[in-house]
Amino acid sequence: MRDIDVSQITQAVKKMCIDANYYLNDDIRKRLEESKSKETYETAKNILDVILKNADIARNEDRPICQDTGMAVVFVEIGQEVHIVGGSIEDAINEGVRQGYTEGYLRKSVVKDPLNRVNTGDNTPAVIYYFVVPGDKLKITVAPKGFGSENMSKIKMLKPADGVEGVKDFIIQTVKEAGPNPCPPTVIGVGIGGTFDRAALLAKKAIMRSTDVRNEDPYYANLEKELLDEINKLGVGPQGFGGRTTALAVNIETYPTHIAGLPVAVNINCHVTRHAEAIL
Amino acid sequence: MEKIVKTPLNDKDVLGLRAGDSVLLTGYIYTARDAAHKRLVDLLDKGEKLPFDVKGQVIYYVGPTPAKPGDPIGSAGPTSSYRMDPYAPRLLDIGLKGMIGKGLRNEEVINSIKKNCAVYFASIGGAAALTAKCVKSAELIAYEDLGSEAVRKLYVENLPLIVVIDSKGNNFYKEGQEKYLKSLNK
Repeated sequence: MRDIDVSQITQAVKKMCIDANYYLNDDIRKRLEESKSKETYETAKNILDVILKNADIARNEDRPICQDTGMAVVFVEIGQEVHIVGGSIEDAINEGVRQGYTEGYLRKSVVKDPLNRVNTGDNTPAVIYYFVVPGDKLKITVAPKGFGSENMSKIKMLKPADGVEGVKDFIIQTVKEAGPNPCPPTVIGVGIGGTFDRAALLAKKAIMRSTDVRNEDPYYANLEKELLDEINKLGVGPQGFGGRTTALAVNIETYPTHIAGLPVAVNINCHVTRHAEAIL
Repeated sequence: MEKIVKTPLNDKDVLGLRAGDSVLLTGYIYTARDAAHKRLVDLLDKGEKLPFDVKGQVIYYVGPTPAKPGDPIGSAGPTSSYRMDPYAPRLLDIGLKGMIGKGLRNEEVINSIKKNCAVYFASIGGAAALTAKCVKSAELIAYEDLGSEAVRKLYVENLPLIVVIDSKGNNFYKEGQEKYLKSLNK
C-alpha cells in the first residue's frame, strides 16, 4: 500500500481549479486557431479572433477566461493499492475547491438546494466521481463546468431500431436547437450505451477527454469526424452569428448496453472547455 | 464600422440601430441575472419602487467573478438571456430600453422589444477577461446577499456589442446564419 495524505489532494485540487479557469488548454487553443484559418466568413473569423485574444489576456494576467467559472466536476481514479490518510478524501477535495475558488477570485456559482436557492458561498460541493483502478497512483481531473452549455445538454433513450442514424439525428438536433446559447464553438461530449445514468456520465467523460485524442475504436473515431463535419455544416457559427465553426470536436464514449435499449447523452461544453489533471 | 452608443437610450437612439450592427457602448448600465430579476418583478407585483429607475436604461445579464484588488470588476461576460425571458417584458413595459446578454429570446420578449422600441444586444460569450477591461467602475446598488448576482451600476467605456434584435424585430442570429449559408453557394 502507498499512503497519500489528504493535504496533497487539497493542494492539487486548489491549483487545478485556478489553472483550469485561467489557462485555456492547448488543445482547445489549437482547435480555435485551426478553425479560424478555415473560416471564410468575416464575422466568424473576427469572433474567433476575439475569443483567442481573451484567452491570451486571461493567461497573461491570471484572470478567469469566463465569468462562469463553473461547478467543479472532479474525476478521481484511485489505484487499489493507495491508502488515503489524514482525513476524508471527499472533504479534502471540497476543501481544495473552496480554497481555489476563494483565493483564485473565481465566481461562487453553487446553490445549496436546487429549489431553495441559497449560494453556498465557496463553490462547494464539487460533483465527484470515484473510479477504482489498478496501481498505486491517484489521478485527479478537475473540470470546472459552465452552465450556459450544461443547460443545453440532453439525454434520450432511443430504440435499438433507431441505430446509428437515430443517434446522429439526436446529436445534430441537440446542437442545432442549442444554437447560440452554449457559446459556440462548442465541444460535444457524447455517451452511448450503458444505462440512463451511465450514458450521461460517459458524455461528461467524453468532454473531459482532450480534443487531440480520437476514440480508440476506428468505427467511433470515424463517427466523431463525421458528426463534426455535419455539425459544422449547420451554419450556427461562433456565437451563433453564422459561420463554419459551430463545434471544435465531437468526443464519443461508449459502454455495453441492454438488448432493449440505446441510451444517448449529449453533454455540451463551450469554447472555454476546461480540464486540468494531476497524478499523485 | 462600429456605431457609438451612449446610455441612457431614447427612442431615436434605438431606432438608429439595426440587427447586425457592431456597437461601442459608453455610459452607465446595470447588472442583473435571474435572482435579481425575480426580486425586481416581485417589487413591481407589490406596486413598490425598484432600487433603480429602469427608464431609458440598459441591463447587462452578467454575474462577474470577484474583482482582484485594484480592479473595479472581475471577468464579466454575458450569461444566457433566455432565463430572463419570463421577466424582461415587465421591465420593458416600464421603460427599459436595452438588454445585453447572449443567446436566443422567446417570442414574447421579441414582441415586447418591438412594442416598446427597445433593443437586445449580445456581448461575446466567454470573452469575459476582455469585456472586463471596458468596465471602469462598479457600484453595488441592491441585493448584496446575492453575491455575484447582486445589482451593480457599471460605468463602461466602448463596450463592444452586436445588435441581435432591433426595434423592428429583426434577428441577427437568423440573418447572420442565413447570410453565411448563402455565402457558401456563391
